[in-house]
Amino acid sequence: MNAKKTSLYGTATVATLALTLTACGGSGSGGSASGGSYDKNATVNIGSLYEPQNLDNTAGGGQGVTEALNGNVYEGLFKLTDDGKVEKLLAQDYKVSGEGLTYTFTLRDGVKFHSGKQLTSADVKYSLEKVIADDSQSARKSNLEVVKDIATPDTRTVKVTLSQKSISFVYNLSYVWIINSQAKSLKTTEDGTGPYTLDKWTRGSALSLDRFPGYWGNAASNKQVVFHYYKDATALNNALLTNAVDVVTSEQSPDALDQFKSNQNYKVNDGNSTTKLLLAFNDKAKPFTDVKVRQAVSAAIDDKKLLESIWGGYGKPIGSMVPPSDPWYEDLTKVNAYDPARAKKLLAEAGYAKGFAFTLDTPNYDPHPTTATFIKSQLAKVGITVTINTITPDEWYTKVYKNHDFTATLQEHVNDRDLVWYGNPDFYWGYDDKQVTQWVKEAEEASTTAEQTALLKKVNEKTAKDAASDWLYLYPQIVVAGSKLSGYPLNGLNSQFYAYDIKKG
Amino acid sequence: MARYLLRRLAFLVVSLALASIVLFVLLRLLPGDPANALTSVGASPEQIAAARHSIGSDRPLPEQFTHWLGQLASGDLGTSFVSSLPVGPEVVSRLNVTVPLTLAAFVLAVVIAVPAGFVAAHKRHTWYGALLSAVSQLGIAVPVFWLGMILIAVFALNAGWLPAGGFPQDGWSEPAEAIRSLVLPVVTIALVMSASLIRYVRSATLDVLGSDYLRTARALGSSFGSAMWRHGLRNASVPVISVLGVELASTLLGAVVVESVYALPGLGSMLATGIAQHDYPVIQGVLFISTLFVLFIGFVADLVQRIIDPRLRGRLSGGAR
Repeated sequence: MNAKKTSLYGTATVATLALTLTACGGSGSGGSASGGSYDKNATVNIGSLYEPQNLDNTAGGGQGVTEALNGNVYEGLFKLTDDGKVEKLLAQDYKVSGEGLTYTFTLRDGVKFHSGKQLTSADVKYSLEKVIADDSQSARKSNLEVVKDIATPDTRTVKVTLSQKSISFVYNLSYVWIINSQAKSLKTTEDGTGPYTLDKWTRGSALSLDRFPGYWGNAASNKQVVFHYYKDATALNNALLTNAVDVVTSEQSPDALDQFKSNQNYKVNDGNSTTKLLLAFNDKAKPFTDVKVRQAVSAAIDDKKLLESIWGGYGKPIGSMVPPSDPWYEDLTKVNAYDPARAKKLLAEAGYAKGFAFTLDTPNYDPHPTTATFIKSQLAKVGITVTINTITPDEWYTKVYKNHDFTATLQEHVNDRDLVWYGNPDFYWGYDDKQVTQWVKEAEEASTTAEQTALLKKVNEKTAKDAASDWLYLYPQIVVAGSKLSGYPLNGLNSQFYAYDIKKG
Repeated sequence: MARYLLRRLAFLVVSLALASIVLFVLLRLLPGDPANALTSVGASPEQIAAARHSIGSDRPLPEQFTHWLGQLASGDLGTSFVSSLPVGPEVVSRLNVTVPLTLAAFVLAVVIAVPAGFVAAHKRHTWYGALLSAVSQLGIAVPVFWLGMILIAVFALNAGWLPAGGFPQDGWSEPAEAIRSLVLPVVTIALVMSASLIRYVRSATLDVLGSDYLRTARALGSSFGSAMWRHGLRNASVPVISVLGVELASTLLGAVVVESVYALPGLGSMLATGIAQHDYPVIQGVLFISTLFVLFIGFVADLVQRIIDPRLRGRLSGGAR
């Protein structure tokens, strides 16, 4: 009873929190054998734990709305492919001029909204302004605040002027949905340009999409897609076992994988994830103000053993905030690696030879409680006493995220390219290094991606060395599908799940 | 009787009004902020304030309360903070699952428990009477989700006779599918519910079996069957109906675990999600409607008890408890 309750709340909260920090994600797309014959009029049933909260990604829709609607119902000027590349979508072409401050976009011709209206530059202007508006609740708002002016010289041209250079601008645009400027009540209905229209959303149960006959590009490979929502991972797996769903977007129950692996009717895909599990110190609260203490704690925890106990053979150890799919990735697992003897030495140097005690604010859903218990026993071996304080996601948001009223906490960070948050001294973990802040700023204003990458590598190395946080492991991204299905995304970057290439054999 | 009905109805309205105030105030005492569900990490204080303003949770409490009452009076349960969908239609769509589920489980439980409880009492010295007693005792200890998982494993995963969970998106416009998806949940709830009901029926029957009036009736020449029918059943049913009312009411929202195991979009899971998101209009709407149901069930139980037992007719409320 307890276990069930926990997971019920757990999944609800994951969707709520979904640390939608900055950027994108990436990975390869695929599935099993492509080609061959498939049913062009198939209905693809997708099982997911992440029901949208509402249908608007600028008003708190949560990760579920990205999963169901991004790229399927709504499109941006650019899209982030499943392997992490940024490609042109509604933008046919673009030019950068004026020292990298002016972007001129030419829109694709013949694009229609689901309501039938032609896409014009006015819609693009409206959509961008919606994200940066004062009352916008979009997580992207701060990334796009560099936008100074949006001009529409003609119906197919949009000219955006930035107040300072922003090398991630095009990438950030892949998250701005282009919506009909005349559309109403977008929290419950839609008017996008994507390959599917919204058929129906039955809250608590399912959301169905129908192929849009007037789509400008290649028509979807299936006639209908239905996202079925579950609160319980076991119920979701049962649905897959009884063919009630064809594919599960993100498997969260490692124990259940064996039954699919040993069954030739299913394919278990181990993709690239960008979700990191963090033991986040409050770097502004004693004793974690001391670099040596943070290093000691990092060195006292055996991350590999933790990963093994939670995910079995899945997932990867990680030495910093940067997942392997980010361009500035380096293997830093050897920095502050597991070494209890070194941990004791560092503690002594910091003046805590006899250890100390701290409270760990632990979100009440998996895998945090298990992780907290593991950390507690590991740190006890070097003399540190951990008090586990279990909190709801809502409390986490108020206490930890908003009020910074904590000493250490556990949290998962789902997005790629989110290393840059260490450049913001006001972020909840309070890491404040002038040099890092400067590098992050310079990286964003860089002229070339090579320059950006070089700077962010420095940030990566410095934050890892300083043990700004303790990065415990990288989650696996596991998509399980019936073996007759192909063309589904494998990496589900930032929770997006393009359904239009899915073929049902 | 008419006077009684009027007074009982007034009692119902007053209870409902009190419940709505308590509900409203208690919810606001909970720590947390509904704007949290709407904003993501990375949100600035201004964005959070804007979120609060857009849902109206920044307005003074009395104003929010009168606003809510005004809506209620016009039959409107308001709009969800989080989904922006009206609460009323969603409650109705959830009731389409929860009411059939609860009623069917309830009827099945009564059908199982009344004869079983009677036999367990009347034949308590035989092996099968004792067995019934023992099984019901065991049944009380069985967690609902565990029973659900076993039934799913046997009838859905292995035999493939019934779906493992879910409810058709089009609801009752696919009646066959809807019924199929409710079979296992109904059986799950009914089995657990009947375990405790058997205990009550058994003890009520034992009371009757040991009573003076039954012995007297028998002494006057009644057969056991007709004495039981004429006197026993009436007397035994009064306390059992009290319990039935409570069981029925608690299943309405208590089905949340079963809804989760079987992935059913019922009222209980709507409430759970609402609480997790601090979605006050949703929580208020669900609790208001369920309070209404609970009061109504209590009212009906009272009425039935009065019809059965004339001795209760002088009192305003309550049967033999």
